[in-house]
Amino acid sequence: MPGAPSPVRVAAGPSLGGRDASIHPVLTRSRWLAILLMLGAAGVLVVIAALRVGAEDISFSQAARILLQTIREWPAGEASHDPAAIILIQVRLPRILLSFMVGGCLAAVGVGLQALLRNPLADPYVLGISSGAALGAAMALLLGIGTTVFAVSALPLCAFAGGLISILLVYRVAVSYGHLPVHTLLLAGVILNAIFSALIMFITSIAEPNRSFGIMSWLMGTLMAPDYLALAALAVYLLVGGLILFRQGGALNLLTLGEESARALGVEVERVKKAVFLSSALMTGAVVSVSGLIGFVGMVIPHAMRLLVGADHRLLLPAAALAGGMFLTLADALARTLLAPGEIPVGVVTALVGGPVFIYLLMAKKGGLIR
Amino acid sequence: MIGAPAYEVRDVTFHYAHRMEERQRNRWELHEISFDVTAGEILGIIGPNGSGKTSLLKLMARLLRPHAGTIRLFGSDVAEMPQDAVARTVAVVPQESQYAFSYTILQTILMGRFPHRRSSGLGLFSWEAQDDLRLAHHAMEELDVAHLATRSIHEVSGGERQRAVIARALTQEPRVLLLDEPTAFLDLNHQLEICRILRRLNEHRGLTVVMVSHDLNMASQYSDRVMLIDNGGIVRLGSPDSVLRPDVLAEVYRCEVIVDRHPDTGLPRITLPGREKLPASNVNRVIPSDDRRPNHKER
Repeated sequence: MPGAPSPVRVAAGPSLGGRDASIHPVLTRSRWLAILLMLGAAGVLVVIAALRVGAEDISFSQAARILLQTIREWPAGEASHDPAAIILIQVRLPRILLSFMVGGCLAAVGVGLQALLRNPLADPYVLGISSGAALGAAMALLLGIGTTVFAVSALPLCAFAGGLISILLVYRVAVSYGHLPVHTLLLAGVILNAIFSALIMFITSIAEPNRSFGIMSWLMGTLMAPDYLALAALAVYLLVGGLILFRQGGALNLLTLGEESARALGVEVERVKKAVFLSSALMTGAVVSVSGLIGFVGMVIPHAMRLLVGADHRLLLPAAALAGGMFLTLADALARTLLAPGEIPVGVVTALVGGPVFIYLLMAKKGGLIR
Repeated sequence: MIGAPAYEVRDVTFHYAHRMEERQRNRWELHEISFDVTAGEILGIIGPNGSGKTSLLKLMARLLRPHAGTIRLFGSDVAEMPQDAVARTVAVVPQESQYAFSYTILQTILMGRFPHRRSSGLGLFSWEAQDDLRLAHHAMEELDVAHLATRSIHEVSGGERQRAVIARALTQEPRVLLLDEPTAFLDLNHQLEICRILRRLNEHRGLTVVMVSHDLNMASQYSDRVMLIDNGGIVRLGSPDSVLRPDVLAEVYRCEVIVDRHPDTGLPRITLPGREKLPASNVNRVIPSDDRRPNHKER
């Protein structure tokens, strides 16, 4: 920081989210609970609605009957031969659970990265973390490890490693003398994305044809119905990552003031940064290894939730997770019904929604963003 | 307990590691500095650009680590204290803050409670308790920002924001307040207001205040003692009268200054000389505006 006074010294920073935060009162226990319960209830409604939607018409009462029966007979239940039951239990429900987890996780990671990088445009996809994870996973696929059962495969771990490397790279490139200029950060993401995409293309080009088709369709961002074992494995990764990330909520509030201010207020900044980097890479890696590249959820949802519930990360993190789950569940419901019985990759839907929002954010607040 | 040292700084040496050229030339940001800060005093730190004022303040707040020497805070070595323990004793009012997201004034002020937080459930939950809110409201009253509690930090004026930052510092319940140019970029009325607030906090709460300032007059009027540093070392430390002397200032700042008495307090008042009367033929010559060293040095 130059010693000579410059007129912009008392930096207000980009004011995305602008005036709206003024309506958000202090976070109390009851307010925290009330908002999360409301969002949770909305999430349940979204899941029920999504169960109803699909190529096969299954009524609510039918769905309820099948679900109850399955729960009663679980875990010893005979596999049902009712096609509706098979569709509901083997296809739709796991897919909905998957999209909820993936969406929630991407949104929570987005919140964490935005706070840490003090930038409302940060998102695992934009910053190249998703493609780093995808590169890790693609290398695992090329080498033939972990193509079958996710629970015991090295795939999420390779994706985790790829994600972690790209987070550290992006941060190293973007940070200069303790400051994180917005344009360097976004450029670093763009360049990493380009490099990783090139490497992924190289991998697909040298892989056997059937394997390379698998990599391509996975990369587009799909939510294929997984088995419950894979879902459980994913849930474990996300719970561990989520626990690490959500613990940092209070510290993240202070980190948005800048690292030095946060440290002066008693935050062990390096520890918090490590926790956020690790948990983001873990969650992104796990998600990318099952669903490929699904963009913009991690940017749009945090922005929307900041407007709705305020910027207190103790509330924003779980709120964005729930909203992200709902958003991706709905997006996937759209993806599988718009051209039924065909399907659109859900990544296409989220990019078509999220891309314009990203552009709007850049345009609308241009003045505030360039620091 | 007036008289006991709040800070004991001993032989502190510091340089910025990333400045290669300085390291090679063996140029120190601060070189073997030693001084005490008495509990309950207001100490003003002055010096030219790049003299190491801000670095010294950051060292005292454990935001930077000295390369040699020790800093003791009420008897404990700062280097061995956890960051939140430092923050329970020392509050920092920085020169500038970033506000990437729109928090309300009240939310900003409550951040001062972070070092005192108690969390439960694996550290997942921590909320503001009634005590925290009470402290925040008390600080807001004291700094006259209570009416702004629900306004966004982006909406308020620079003076109001600075008062909010001081209120946040107070909710830390510190024993020492470190301020880095608290009145820079503020209008005259806000400058006066902040200075008076600091004096009041010092008198009423017994708060020890260490204040870095560019403004020699502010240092003179509001400090019990003044420390003049230059080139990484202490030039003089003592009462405003003994430090703010024309010969001393002229040597350190390399320019002529006029020192007389402030009409209200009788303390030194520093004024720059008036416009030179130039010979007509020289009117267009370029006058170097200052001969200070490159200003990138001070961070």
